[in-house]
Amino acid sequence: MIRFILLQNRQGKTRLAKYYVPLEDSEKHKVEYEVHRLVVNRDPKRYAGLFFSLCVDITDNELAYLECIHLFVEILDHFFSNVCELDLVFNFHKVYLILDEFILAGELQETSKKAIIERMGELEKLE
Amino acid sequence: MNPFSSGTRLRDMIRAIRACKTAAEERGVVRKECAAIRAAINENDQDYRHRNLAKLMFIHMLGYPTHFGQMECLKLIAAAGFPEKRIGYLGLMLLLDERQEVLMLVTNSLKQDLNHSNQYIVGLALCALGNICSAEMARDLAPEVERLLQFRDPNIRKKAALCSIRIIKKVPELAENFINPAAALLKEKHHGVLITGVQLCTDLCKASEEALEYFRKKCTEGLVKTLKDVVNSPYAPEYDIAGITDPFLHIRLLKLLRVLGQGDEDASECMNDILAQVATKTESNKNAGNAILYECVATIMSIEDNGGLRVLAINILGRFLSNRDNNIRYVALNMLMRAITVDAQAVQRHRATILECVKDLDASIRKRALELVYVLVNESNVKPLTKELIDYLEVSDQDFKGDLTAKICSLVKRFSPERIWYIDQMLKVLSEAGNFVKDEVWHAVIVVITNSSDLHGYTVRALYRAFQTSADQESLVRVAVWCIGEYGDMLVNNIGMLDVEDPITVTESDAVDVIEIALKHHTSDLTTKAMALIALLKLSSRFPSCSERIKEIADQYKGSLVLELQQRSIELNSIISKHDDIRSKLVERMPVVDENPAGDSIPATTASINLPNGVAKPSSAPLVDLLDLNSDDAPVPSSSGGDFLQDLLGGDLSPAPKQSGVNHSPNNGTSVLMDLLSIGTPTQSSPAVPDLLNSGQDSKKPVSPLEGLSSPSSNSIQPTSSAGFAPGIDLLDSFAASPPKQENNGPAYPSVVAFESSNLRIGFNFSKLPGNPQTTLIEATFTNLSPSVYADFIFQAAVPKFLQLHLEPASSSSLPASGNGSITQTLRVTNSQHGKKSLVMRIRIAYKMNNKDVLEEGQINNFPKGL
Repeated sequence: MIRFILLQNRQGKTRLAKYYVPLEDSEKHKVEYEVHRLVVNRDPKRYAGLFFSLCVDITDNELAYLECIHLFVEILDHFFSNVCELDLVFNFHKVYLILDEFILAGELQETSKKAIIERMGELEKLE
Repeated sequence: MNPFSSGTRLRDMIRAIRACKTAAEERGVVRKECAAIRAAINENDQDYRHRNLAKLMFIHMLGYPTHFGQMECLKLIAAAGFPEKRIGYLGLMLLLDERQEVLMLVTNSLKQDLNHSNQYIVGLALCALGNICSAEMARDLAPEVERLLQFRDPNIRKKAALCSIRIIKKVPELAENFINPAAALLKEKHHGVLITGVQLCTDLCKASEEALEYFRKKCTEGLVKTLKDVVNSPYAPEYDIAGITDPFLHIRLLKLLRVLGQGDEDASECMNDILAQVATKTESNKNAGNAILYECVATIMSIEDNGGLRVLAINILGRFLSNRDNNIRYVALNMLMRAITVDAQAVQRHRATILECVKDLDASIRKRALELVYVLVNESNVKPLTKELIDYLEVSDQDFKGDLTAKICSLVKRFSPERIWYIDQMLKVLSEAGNFVKDEVWHAVIVVITNSSDLHGYTVRALYRAFQTSADQESLVRVAVWCIGEYGDMLVNNIGMLDVEDPITVTESDAVDVIEIALKHHTSDLTTKAMALIALLKLSSRFPSCSERIKEIADQYKGSLVLELQQRSIELNSIISKHDDIRSKLVERMPVVDENPAGDSIPATTASINLPNGVAKPSSAPLVDLLDLNSDDAPVPSSSGGDFLQDLLGGDLSPAPKQSGVNHSPNNGTSVLMDLLSIGTPTQSSPAVPDLLNSGQDSKKPVSPLEGLSSPSSNSIQPTSSAGFAPGIDLLDSFAASPPKQENNGPAYPSVVAFESSNLRIGFNFSKLPGNPQTTLIEATFTNLSPSVYADFIFQAAVPKFLQLHLEPASSSSLPASGNGSITQTLRVTNSQHGKKSLVMRIRIAYKMNNKDVLEEGQINNFPKGL
C-alpha cells in the first residue's frame, strides 16, 4: 500500500502531497523535509524538474512502484501536453483529481492512461 | 460553472505568492489572503466559497495552518452541484483526516452522495471515503459500498473495490460481507475493475481466514487462468508497457497467488506451471519485466516447496545482481536475504556476485550486500570471503569502513579456524582500519595473543612490521605497543620463528624507538601514551642497556599536565631508580592462560571468555594468574574474566573484584599491580586501592612483593579521599603520608549527607546487624531547610536488582520548618553482591509546601564502601 506521494522541486517546495495514512501537519512537514533531504543529494530520476517520491510498505514491489510513477508522469504529460512545474502549481487541484483517478486508498485504481485521460475529459465537462 | 474560470483570483493569489522575494513577504500575502477568507467565511459568502477553499488548499500546501477552513469543506460537500462538491471533497481529503471530530458530520452527506443519481458524484464520495474513512464511517457506510461493487459503471465498481479495502482494514469483522462480491470481481474483463478486485481479495485474505479459504478453494484455478491469459495476451496498446500487457495486473495477480499458495500444497501445485512460465518467459531488459520477475520470485519463495522453481527464482536474482540498474541490484539483495532461510545453498552459489556488490558505487547497495555476505559466511568459506573483504577495506569509502570493519572483526572472531589465522587477519584489519576498530575488539586481540604462547614472537615481529607502515592507526599502535613491551626480547632475538617468517633485524634501541614514537606521536591519545609508558617500564627490565634512555624518555612526562601521564612517569622513574630489586618481578611476562590450573583448590567461578575460535574456556582463575606475580599464590575467584582483562588492558575500569571489610584473602598484590598497570581514569580505579591497602595488614602472609612495601600507617584510606593513584605512589615510595585513619576493628561506616537541595537535606547513618554482613540498616534523617512546614511528606526509594530494600514506616509525615525537628525513617538494604558492588539508590521525595505539591528526586552514589 502507498502511504504517501510527494512531488517536490529541487528547492524542496512541495507541489503535491497526498497522504493515505493519517499524519499530523507537523509530522507531514517533517516527512516532506526529510524526503527532500534524502532525494536531493542523490541522483534519482526527476520528471519535469520534480522529484516524485512514494512511501510504500516494506513488502511492496519497489520496481512496480517505479513503473507506477512513470505511468503517472505520462498521464500528467499527456493531460497538460508536455507538463512543467508551473502547470502543477497553477492547476494543483486538477493534479489531485488525476491522482484520485489513478490511485485510491493507497492502491492502484487504473492502469490505462487512455482510460484516465478520457475520464478526466468527462469530469472537466462537469465543471 | 467552473470555479476557476470566471474569477482569476486563485491564479492571482498564486502569482502574488510566487512573486514574493522573501519568506516574510510571502507570509504577508498569505496573512492577507487568510484574513479575507476568514471574513468571507464569517459572512457566509456562498459565491466564492469554493474558490476560497481552493486558495486555502494552496496555502495549506505551503505549510500554513488552515484549520479554520474545515467547516467550509462540509458546506461545499452539502451543496448540490458537482463543482462545489468536488472542491469540498478535495478539501476534506487535504485538510482533514480520519481523526478529526468534524468528520462525523460528513457521514450523512457521504451516504447521500453514495446513493446519488449522478455517478460522478458517487465517484467523488467513494474516493473521499476510500481515503479518509474512519472505523465509525466504515460501519455506517459499508452496505452502500458493498452495493456499489455491482454498479453498472466500471469506474464506480473499481472505486468501490478499493473503498472496501479501506473499510475492512478499519473494521476487519466486516470482511465476510465482501467475500462474495469480491469473488465476482475476479471474473471481470475490465482491467481497472479486475486489478482492484484482485487487490480487494488479497486484503480480504489478510483480514479473514474464512475469505482466504474461500478464495483458495474457489478462485485459485480461475486466477491462474487469468494470469495465463494476461501473460499470453496479444499486444494491447492501452495497457502496454515495454511490450508487456499490463505489468501491474501481472504483479497483483502474482501477489494474490502468493497469498493463496502459502501453506497450501494443492494451491501451490496448481500455480507451478504458470509461475515457471512467467519466470522463464518474461523479458528482463526493461524495468516493467523485472518488476514482474521480482514479484514472481517472491511468490515462488513463499509458496509450498518446489525445489526446481526455487533454483529458477534464485538464478533470476543472481542475474539481477549483474544488472546495471541500481534499483534492480538493490531489490535482488533484499530478496536474497529473505531467500537464505528458504534455500541457503542456492544463495551461496551467487556468493561471488554478491561480494562484487559489496564494492558497489551505491552506498545502499554496499550496505545490503555486506549484510548478506555476513550471513553467508560459514566455516568453509570464511577464509576466501574474509580475504576479499579485507582487500576491499583498503580501497573502501571512509563512510563505509566502520561498518565493514565491524563485520570483518565479527566474522573473524566467529569462524576463525586457527589462532594464527585470527591473528593475521586482525593485524591486517588493525593496520588497514585500526581507527575503526572498537575497544573490545583490540582488547580481545591482546587476550588471544597472550594465550598463544607459540605465536608471541611471530606476532610481535608482525606488529613491528605493521607499525612501520600503519603508525597512524591508533588501535594497531596500542596492540603493537603492548606486545613490544611484553615480548620485546622475542622481537630483537627472533625467538619463536615460524617457518613462514623471514628473520628480521631489530635492535633493542629500535624497539624502544617504536614505543617512543607512539608516545610522542601527535595522533596518540591518552590511552596509547599511557600504554606506551607501561611498555617502556617493561622494556627497561627486558633491555637493561636501554634503561637509562627509557628513564629519560619517561622523565619528560614528569611535568605533564595530564595527571595520568605525570603519575606514570613518576612511578616509572621511581621503580627504575629506587626499586631495581623488584623491577624484573614487577614486569614479568604475562603468563599464558593456564587452561587447566593444576592443584588449584580454589573453585573457579563460572565466568568465562569466548575465545575467537569459538571455544569457551574457563578463564577466571587463570586470568588471575595472568596478573599474579607469585606463582604459588592461590588465585581468588574474580568477578569475571572480563573485568580482569579490562583492568589488565586498562580500558574502562570497572571496580576491581574486591572483598570488603577485614577478611581479605591474600592475593591483593595482584590488585595492586593491576591498579598500577591500569590505564583507566584515576577516579574509576580508586575503589581497588583502599581495599587492598586495608587488607595488607590483616592478611596472614604478605604475598606479593608490593605488599611488603605498603606503609603500615596507610592501612586505611577513605575511599573518597583522592584519586586512586596517589596511594599507589605512597605505596611505591613508602611515603607515610597517611590519610585520615580509621580503626580497623570492625566495620564502622561514616554517616553521609545522601541528598541535599535548597529545601531538604537527607542524612544517612549506617549500621550492620551482627552476623549478617549483607544487610545494612540505614537510618535516614530528613531535615527541612525552608521556612515552611512540609505536610504529607513521603520518601520513596528504588534500588537495582542486586539489592533488596525494605522501608520501615517514617516517624512522621509532617516536617517542621527551618530544621526545627526532623523525620526519621529506617531502611533495610540487603546486598546480594556484597563485597562486589556498592550500594546505589534512587530516591523521590514528595511533600506539600504551602499547599503546593513538591517533588524532588535524586540518586545516591556516595554510600561508604563495603556496605
